[in-house]
Amino acid sequence: MTRIRTRLRKTPIGLAIVIGFFVLGLIGPWIAPYDPLMIDLLHEYEPPSWTHLLGTGDNGIDILSALLHGARLAAIVGIVVVGVSVVFGTLLGTWAGYAGRLTDHAVTGVADLVQAFPAIVLNIAVLALVARPGLMHLILALAVNGWVLYARLARAETLALREREFVEAARALGVPTHEVLRRHVIPNLLGPLVIQATTGLGVVILAESTLSFLGLGPGKAVSWGALLDQGTSVLLRFPHVALFSGGAIALTVLGFNLTGDWLRDRLDPRLR
Amino acid sequence: MMSPGLLRYLVGRLVRALLTVVGLVTIVFLLVRLIPGDPVEAILGDQASPEEKAELRRALNLDRPVGEQYLSFLGDMADGSMGTSFRQPDRSVWSMAREVLPHTIVLALAALFVAWFVAIPLGAIAAANAGRGWDKVASTVAVAGLAIPNIWLGPLLILAFGVKLRWLPLPGDDLGGPEALILPAITIGTALAAILTRQTRAAMIEVLAQQYITAARARGVPSIPLLLRHALRNALLPVITIGAAQLGALLSGTVVTEKIFERPGLGTLFLDAFFARDIPVVQGCVLIIAVIYVVVNLAVDLAYGVIDPRVRLS
Repeated sequence: MTRIRTRLRKTPIGLAIVIGFFVLGLIGPWIAPYDPLMIDLLHEYEPPSWTHLLGTGDNGIDILSALLHGARLAAIVGIVVVGVSVVFGTLLGTWAGYAGRLTDHAVTGVADLVQAFPAIVLNIAVLALVARPGLMHLILALAVNGWVLYARLARAETLALREREFVEAARALGVPTHEVLRRHVIPNLLGPLVIQATTGLGVVILAESTLSFLGLGPGKAVSWGALLDQGTSVLLRFPHVALFSGGAIALTVLGFNLTGDWLRDRLDPRLR
Repeated sequence: MMSPGLLRYLVGRLVRALLTVVGLVTIVFLLVRLIPGDPVEAILGDQASPEEKAELRRALNLDRPVGEQYLSFLGDMADGSMGTSFRQPDRSVWSMAREVLPHTIVLALAALFVAWFVAIPLGAIAAANAGRGWDKVASTVAVAGLAIPNIWLGPLLILAFGVKLRWLPLPGDDLGGPEALILPAITIGTALAAILTRQTRAAMIEVLAQQYITAARARGVPSIPLLLRHALRNALLPVITIGAAQLGALLSGTVVTEKIFERPGLGTLFLDAFFARDIPVVQGCVLIIAVIYVVVNLAVDLAYGVIDPRVRLS
């Protein structure tokens, strides 16, 4: 009993937030008390009450329900963008680091160029080219610069791994390159990649919120950022809309940051 | 007299910056043509007649071969006009940007000063008390500052200082005085302040472990002058340059902040152009932001190379 309690106490807050976020993203739309798009003009911008725990917003929508639906959007965008970025970035980075020379210059050059743009400006520029940006466009726009971090990380780690004896031994034994990469290099990249991806999820969720806040989110979907945008426009009269929606974003980002730090301390022995 | 090493470093760095700008211009050009979706349709909507579309296509040079388009695009960028706006065909993109650019640059600089103003004292105090109370306060501030999104921080600051305390003007109030700059600058500068607090702390701890500090302490230099004159001075160089290198990131923060605080600027111009699908203006804004980014980084690198000879070797 005491052991469980100490273990619980050691469970980092960040991880609890992250798990809570994913659970709500999964079941949120089912436990939401109202339809987040339900219009109820008689009860617009009501402060929190027992019927609407977090109050109501624009057109009388229930904020709690909107936040629960928004959690799903944030989770989907986060997972898909980070997933695509990790796979694409790792493959490119490992390839660049292992092949060296021209390949390395090409990949590093493109990565440098992408990073020479402020991320959000690049995202907006990509979305500007579509008539009605949808979920897929949003994901594409975020992945355009998402992969760079993972490519850099994979490249740097691969450069170091390439010189290690076990990789050299595999090569000397005549193991084909793709086998060397698959069996000896990539498995050793996983630790740093997991750490980076955890923090990266927070970054992507914040980027999605920011784009939705600016009015560039996917069409009709319920998004935290869009809710915060509505809340900001009525901030002076009905601050609760902005407080709750922004709070959800901030708490989630904090959770991912803390979990990333915690994982780094646990998984990266070099930092101990 | 400039040493050959320094000269080679300067030239090499300049060439790389120029290549980056040309690369950026090319990416902007390619994006418009590669991204699925027709810009003509995006501008006119689905209901436009084929004649209207053809005319816009001609006006945009989209009916000509890609190579030719690229050259005329490069020409527009190189002659400084950056093309003409769709919405106001009599105005060049640059003339529109030039009008609002000062607002954005002043805001970004103000945010940079906010970040230095918070981070340098806080980081120094944290380092001097490493592991104790003040250090914990500083690291908590740093974690919170990084986690709090500027899209939320802005509204919170408005509520606290504009609505409750009534110390500072609200969005949309007259922008006359410098006090209207305070909340937007804090909104943008907070994340950077958090990063710089950590940097200052790390740099100070490193410097404080050096022998000349121990020697100064042994000579009986009191702790405040020791911190300020002997330690902080040497720890500050990386902090200042890292801060300046973030100016580009601060500029992109202005996109969000200008919207929250209803301020004119490059971000507002960019967003308005986005919603109007005024692609030349979107391209121009991206390019201006990117060029500022590259130029600031170049300037920081060059300054660093001049100040610290070790940098040139790498």
